[in-house]
Amino acid sequence: MALSRIASSSHASNLLKPLSTALSIRRLISSDSTVPLTIETSLPFISHKCDAPPRAVDTSASELFSFFRDMATMRRMEIAADSLYKAKLIRGFCHLYDGQEAVAIGMEAAITKKDAIITAYRDHCTFIGRGGTLLEVFGELMGRICGGSKGKGGSMHFYRKQTNFFGGHGIVGAQIPLGCGLAFAQRYSKEENVTFTLYGDGAANQGQLFEALNMAALWDLPAILVCENNHYGMGTAEWRAAKNPAYYKRGDYVPGLKVDGMDVLAVKQACKFAKENALKNGPLILEMDTYRYHGHSMSDPGSTYRTRDEISGVRQERDPIERVRKLLLAHDIASEKELKDIEKQVRKDVDDAIAKAKECPMPDPSELFTNVYVKGLGVESFGADRKEVRATLP
Amino acid sequence: MATLFQGLPSSTAFSSSNKFNHAPAPTSFSERKSSIVTVRSDARWSPVLNSATHKPQRLITNAVATKADSSLASTSSKPGHELLLFEALREGLEEEMERDPCVCVMGEDVGHYGGSYKVTKGLATKFGDLRVLDTPIAENSFTGMGIGAAMTGLRPIIEGMNMGFLLLAFNQISNNCGMLHYTSGGQFKIPVVIRGPGGVGRQLGAEHSQRLESYFQSIPGIQMVACSTPYNAKGLMKAAIRSENPVILFEHVLLYNLKDRIPDEEYVLSLEEAEMVRPGEHVTILTYSRMRYHVMQAAKTLVNKGYDPEVIDIRSLKPFDLHTIGKSVKKTHRVLIVEECMRTGGIGASLTAAITENFNDDLDAPIVCLSSQDVPTPYAGTLEEWTVVQPAQIVTAVEQLCQ
Repeated sequence: MALSRIASSSHASNLLKPLSTALSIRRLISSDSTVPLTIETSLPFISHKCDAPPRAVDTSASELFSFFRDMATMRRMEIAADSLYKAKLIRGFCHLYDGQEAVAIGMEAAITKKDAIITAYRDHCTFIGRGGTLLEVFGELMGRICGGSKGKGGSMHFYRKQTNFFGGHGIVGAQIPLGCGLAFAQRYSKEENVTFTLYGDGAANQGQLFEALNMAALWDLPAILVCENNHYGMGTAEWRAAKNPAYYKRGDYVPGLKVDGMDVLAVKQACKFAKENALKNGPLILEMDTYRYHGHSMSDPGSTYRTRDEISGVRQERDPIERVRKLLLAHDIASEKELKDIEKQVRKDVDDAIAKAKECPMPDPSELFTNVYVKGLGVESFGADRKEVRATLP
Repeated sequence: MATLFQGLPSSTAFSSSNKFNHAPAPTSFSERKSSIVTVRSDARWSPVLNSATHKPQRLITNAVATKADSSLASTSSKPGHELLLFEALREGLEEEMERDPCVCVMGEDVGHYGGSYKVTKGLATKFGDLRVLDTPIAENSFTGMGIGAAMTGLRPIIEGMNMGFLLLAFNQISNNCGMLHYTSGGQFKIPVVIRGPGGVGRQLGAEHSQRLESYFQSIPGIQMVACSTPYNAKGLMKAAIRSENPVILFEHVLLYNLKDRIPDEEYVLSLEEAEMVRPGEHVTILTYSRMRYHVMQAAKTLVNKGYDPEVIDIRSLKPFDLHTIGKSVKKTHRVLIVEECMRTGGIGASLTAAITENFNDDLDAPIVCLSSQDVPTPYAGTLEEWTVVQPAQIVTAVEQLCQ
């Protein structure tokens, strides 16, 4: 894709205001893609027991470009999952992440694949962020063997071991102690990596969160607890569920930071800051102020506990993809047409993946009994009397 | 707290045949030419055990054939060394921690205090605070933490101070421990060992006398074993740590001070095997954990009365060792199950169903299952005695069964 930029690229390092596009010189993306840009986050960080990171975020043209493309992919994927669910190709629970893409993308931009991420059931986009493919997502959602967990997990059980993505958990809050265990293992093996444990505003009232936080702080584990606060725990608004909805402060002795979760650059800055801090000082809480457009899951219309005006208001003013689009246009990194082309390409990729996943077969019945135990037992064994394998007695 | 196990003979004075006559050792694996049902988790290590270390080691499943005229022989001439059951557990734990740096222990008071039943005594000074971790009183989250650590490759041993406390961690054990290997399509394995003392003690009260094997038995993906002697305690502990699957090791509060002789050489037992305690002809008595001793006491009476019971300590509560059990049923045609679990939905109930489904043709009489009463364990001593199965009841049951 060609980039168009004003020749005076020396402005790049300043806090940029929109430059005129009178003269545009087309350049290839590779030539100036890594020229650093500094952009200010739209809202300041609010901190608790720590110093907030600066609002000026270092980024680059290619990074913004990749943000746009990745977020558009995630958005398109979630919308497609919505249609597939209504067509009854996806069954059961399907929790969609559209509106919250900035959290997944911003986090990925700040960390490496050696750092661990664990989240709850709204995990489709986090899986993509960690390197999962669209085919694996749609395959798993439709229960096919090409899915990430071979069709045996479903929407709430995406995992990717090779890039340290630990799922994918259905029980609210149960992933938080697991996340502390990941951090414990990182400390035990003396790796310089951190664990991001994501949970929602609903899970923030779980006791195991505070138990795990106590242990993480006690032993200085490199655990960063990220509350993706979309303001509704299924149908209950946060002010109706939490006495103190300032989730970043609920760690008490653990420092916290409140971040605008719809601003991908703010998320990136916060995660970078959190990683540096966690490696030195132990756990940290990040509260991402975000929003989900869909209901809690596909069985929830999402409009009985909030007004349509609220949803469309957020979509107009705070949508993460629109924000990046405006940045790209304002800094002349791309033109309207190029961005529309990307969206068309993304749509095509998603449709291709869906078509391919639809052709994939369902798991064989014998798969019912595989992976219950690790193969150390020598046979597939699954039950008190192991009915599948019979003994021929002498 | 550890109570002295009074009134019952030590494990070395059981019955006439004192040899630990196990099901065939792996070296005689070929004896089982029939299709393999009971596969040991360590089958692939025979003949070379433990290739990681370079010492030549043999897998010994037969305990030293000791006993007989113990009054004559002096202790120093007998091979092996004598210790208490909790020391055997500690020995197994220590050997595994030395062998593999990924093995760590976590639980309440396991580190500096040494463990409420002294199983981890001295390990914290030897291995450090990170490997023998004192956790706060937060079972749900430290169990979850252990499971999360296992997902990355560590091998934690999670100790519940009393098995009953692990009810607080049921979600983590059921959903994350048992099911993660399956729901991730085989990506993650969870090689944890969850252990702790359970069972009815000496007037500990209802909440501290729970038998959790019945609650955990239907969780898919886990294995459950119950140890009953110092020999099998150490062997099962080592096997559980080496297993790639999550294993729940049930110990019993009243068995910690059992003294016995175990081999000096290293040995690992199979997690899925049952133990033949006393071969016989008339009736198969299946039992595990503390009830083994009640059964052996009853067996003495029964032998005097002319019966020949075959006593099998099933050891593996999930999955059952149907090979050993089936062989026995084919021989005796009568089954008595003696367990400490509750009547409703206990291990005995599942075992009855499994035997009936698989070996119905070989049974001459309906299976009799003696379990604890379906009541909260009372505090009063006499009442508590009546909640669990006593040797007299076992004798009566065998007599009725063999009519």
